[in-house]
Amino acid sequence: MAILVMSGLAATIALLLIVAARRLPGDKQAVVEQLNTLLPQIQCGRCDYPGCRPYAAAILAGEAQINQCPPGGEATIQAIATLLELPRLAPDRSFGIHDALTTAVINEKDCIGCARCLQECPVDAILGARFFTHTVITDECTGCELCIPSCPVDCIRMSMRGAGAPQNQS
Amino acid sequence: MSDLLLIIIATVLVNNFVLVKFLGLCPFLGASTKPETALGMSLATTLVLTLASASSYLIDVWVLIPLQLEYLRLISFILIIAGAVQFTEMLIRKSSPMLYQVLGLYLPLITTNCAVLGVALLNIHQSSSLLEALAYGTGAGLGFCLVMILFAGIRERLEAADVPVAFKGAAIALVTAGMMSMAFIGFTGLAQG
Repeated sequence: MAILVMSGLAATIALLLIVAARRLPGDKQAVVEQLNTLLPQIQCGRCDYPGCRPYAAAILAGEAQINQCPPGGEATIQAIATLLELPRLAPDRSFGIHDALTTAVINEKDCIGCARCLQECPVDAILGARFFTHTVITDECTGCELCIPSCPVDCIRMSMRGAGAPQNQS
Repeated sequence: MSDLLLIIIATVLVNNFVLVKFLGLCPFLGASTKPETALGMSLATTLVLTLASASSYLIDVWVLIPLQLEYLRLISFILIIAGAVQFTEMLIRKSSPMLYQVLGLYLPLITTNCAVLGVALLNIHQSSSLLEALAYGTGAGLGFCLVMILFAGIRERLEAADVPVAFKGAAIALVTAGMMSMAFIGFTGLAQG
């Protein structure tokens, strides 16, 4: 009898939990997470959103089109369209043009140590302090180009990924 | 109605589960470092307490007593509490993923919160109707809320206070909890719970 009661109780609770899991609204956050992993994580903000995750949330909310990510290009549009079961769109060129991945390189002879680019970098890939020469951590740099307009002496340029930064000339 | 109100006030202040009966001290000390976390944690615990105390009372009256299976109380209440915690976890994950991440391990640990099982077991002896059981559970939850928020506020101030090295961290937290407990024992004359 006791065994019967206990298994009956367990089965009832399990059933209630299953029903509750089905009835509760879908897990939207999990979809945002999934969508976020499809984006290139460059955090360049060219889609008009502050970063990749806000853009993912905006796509789900229906505020943004799926073709606003220039660094991701066709491949990202294809992946998002497959996940959300939406029609594929051509890349929207008004947000930027898809290009090969690059990293920023600071010409250390010209750097005056103003620390302005440190604040612009969304992934903290620039190492330096005020009045000290800055340098880019190449492995962390996503190539978003946000640091370029902030440099008052124009000492930052983009180089092809894997080309490597010039050696320190001391 | 005034009976129910009396039960709630008595369980919140006079028979406070954390500070007077010393149940549920683990989340009291563990999840009270920030007021926001403390609020989320105590609301989750209140929900679990209310759900668990009402449903365990019903199971006891409708199933266990008619079948003379009172010795199954402990294990069946644990089962009910585990189910209620699972439900709360599901609710929080879907409504507030941030809170879900902040609470982390403390959320499933509500299952082993002895205040929850304590309320369910004491309920059987104290309550004579479902409404009373519900009021008892809600009162216990509100009492937990009150103490958690007070304690979290005090702990935030302690961060900035100049505490002697030997008392830093857990030591001063426990001393504070002891003082709060003494203050709450002062409510004893307020109502007979």
